[in-house]
Amino acid sequence: MTVYALETSGLTKQFAGFTAVSDVGLRVRRHTIHGLIGPNGAGKSTCFNLLTKFLAPTRGTILYEGADISRAGPAEVARMGLARSFQISAVFPHLTALENVRAALQRRRGESFDFWRSDRILKRYDADARALMAEVGLTGWEETLAGEMPYGRKRALELATTLALAPKMLLLDEPLAGLGQEDVGRIAALIKRAAEGRTVLMVEHNLNVVASLCDVITVLTRGKILAEGDYAAVSANPAVQQAYLGEMAEPAHV
Amino acid sequence: MTHALPSSQPTAARPKPAEFLAFAVLAALLAVAPLAIYPFFLATALCFALFAAAFNLLVGYSGLLSFGHALFFGGAAYVAAQAAKVWAWPPELALIAATAFAGALGLGVGALSIRRQGIYFSMITLALAQMGYFLALQAPLTHGEDGIQGVPRGKLLGLLPLSDDRAMYYFVLALFLAGLLAIHRIVHSPFGAALKAIRENESRAISLGYSVDAYKRVAFGLSAALAGLAGGAKALVTQSATLTDMHWTMSGEVILMVLLGGMGTMTGPVIGAIFVMAIPEVLNRIGGPNFSQWMTVIQGAIFVICVLAFRRGLIGELAARARRTL
Ligand SMILES: Nc1ncnc2c1ncn2[C@@H]1O[C@H](COP(=O)(O)OP(=O)(O)OP(=O)(O)O)[C@@H](O)[C@H]1O
Ligand SMILES: [Mg+2]
Repeated sequence: MTVYALETSGLTKQFAGFTAVSDVGLRVRRHTIHGLIGPNGAGKSTCFNLLTKFLAPTRGTILYEGADISRAGPAEVARMGLARSFQISAVFPHLTALENVRAALQRRRGESFDFWRSDRILKRYDADARALMAEVGLTGWEETLAGEMPYGRKRALELATTLALAPKMLLLDEPLAGLGQEDVGRIAALIKRAAEGRTVLMVEHNLNVVASLCDVITVLTRGKILAEGDYAAVSANPAVQQAYLGEMAEPAHV
Repeated sequence: MTHALPSSQPTAARPKPAEFLAFAVLAALLAVAPLAIYPFFLATALCFALFAAAFNLLVGYSGLLSFGHALFFGGAAYVAAQAAKVWAWPPELALIAATAFAGALGLGVGALSIRRQGIYFSMITLALAQMGYFLALQAPLTHGEDGIQGVPRGKLLGLLPLSDDRAMYYFVLALFLAGLLAIHRIVHSPFGAALKAIRENESRAISLGYSVDAYKRVAFGLSAALAGLAGGAKALVTQSATLTDMHWTMSGEVILMVLLGGMGTMTGPVIGAIFVMAIPEVLNRIGGPNFSQWMTVIQGAIFVICVLAFRRGLIGELAARARRTL
């Protein structure tokens, strides 16, 4: 068995001649938090969409836990334990928070096409859903419609829903974007806790958080890998400093 | 196992008691309606109402705008007519055949059309329905312009003759109510919950591992099957199956019924269908035959006014107002 949870080689995506992701060989070690950073438009989200099969690669292969998922579909890899979140928070707005988490539990316990049964049987997932919500500090929000929750709470709900899948690996696209200072600390702590016993690949612009959370960091610019290593090594890299124009901060702790 | 924390109140998304009340009132009104209105007209109207409710299951609850539902309604009418007349099947078997036929056809059409989104999806359903229409026009089995006429209504379960319009009406009423209950169950089932999640945020549902296309296909098949039940019943009521029910204007009409009544509501499509059916009748009463040339114009004007005034449809608007005043 390989030590990598995720391994790509020659991963490339072109949009009508424009190469958004170019020949990327990314290796994510099992049970680490791996950061993917880079300036706007570097191709991070595109990379995520390739890894989670929301986009088909133009070229290249993707191995997940040693299995070739280059041709798998997005729902299929999700069922294999590769769970993702979205850059723009993704909830089911007209479902309650509890129903959001239940949607994940319902799927994981076997997809149900039972159209002749009452949805009251979904109540059997309530206890687990509440427990997951409690873990992300959402006790008391169960009956609120997800669309009406504040942004920070939505992000927490999204995390609870993703964790309800009991994924082996988490792919988080800017989980802290748009959050207020206190929410940043809370969600970062949640991610750290969620990462126990799992592999996490996260895109994040908040470099303080990246510095404190990530074991390994890959820097992407113009679709290519520019540098890779721990925060100290990466931030000391002149090419990276050039790309970020002095944006890199000293490592800080969240 | 989960008794620790009972959920405090019904969620805002599901005003269930109101729905059941509406259903009970509707059933009671329809039960006494033959006292005031011709049962033949009522029975026909209920067939369309069931058709609209079936269509709403797809557009209102799955977010898929089919523009070819006449294929299932009209196609099933031919099947029921053929079974009852040529094969001399009893009405219940003819209806089962019609429903099964439409359901199977729906699964096939769904499989082909669901790969595309939005307007492309609608166009594929329309194109497939048009193919069905031309098949019905050309095939010897369906008798072209004449259609299948003189379909016997037969005896229900070999016991109850349906030749009497009143008996036929109550049979159709029973089918209609059963159809509505079936739709209610589908919407409020684990399958319906998944369908709702998919409609709310499709990519999120995919990322949770839902095979969304499979859900949509099943929804399409169920909607088509119920539309087929409605079409089959209509063939028995009118004792005929004709091209009109397969024509694309029928697909348009059912969209209108659902929009008028209120998409994604239980009773809306029913009210919409009855409304669409009643307008020409009422206009005929008022104006007599010389009025008929203006019929389409007046009908059109009424529709435009309704759609502009009640954006959510008659029932949708009512429900929204009731919620606001609560
Ligand atoms: N569907 C698409 N069609 C064409 N071009 C696209 C498409 N999606 C992304 N791009 C382009 O690919 C490039 C990379 O986009 P991507 O969203 O992956 O960047 P990113 O690193 O996630 O940026 P950000 O930090 O702003 O989220 C951008 O130039 C973008 O315009
Ligand atoms: Mg991005």
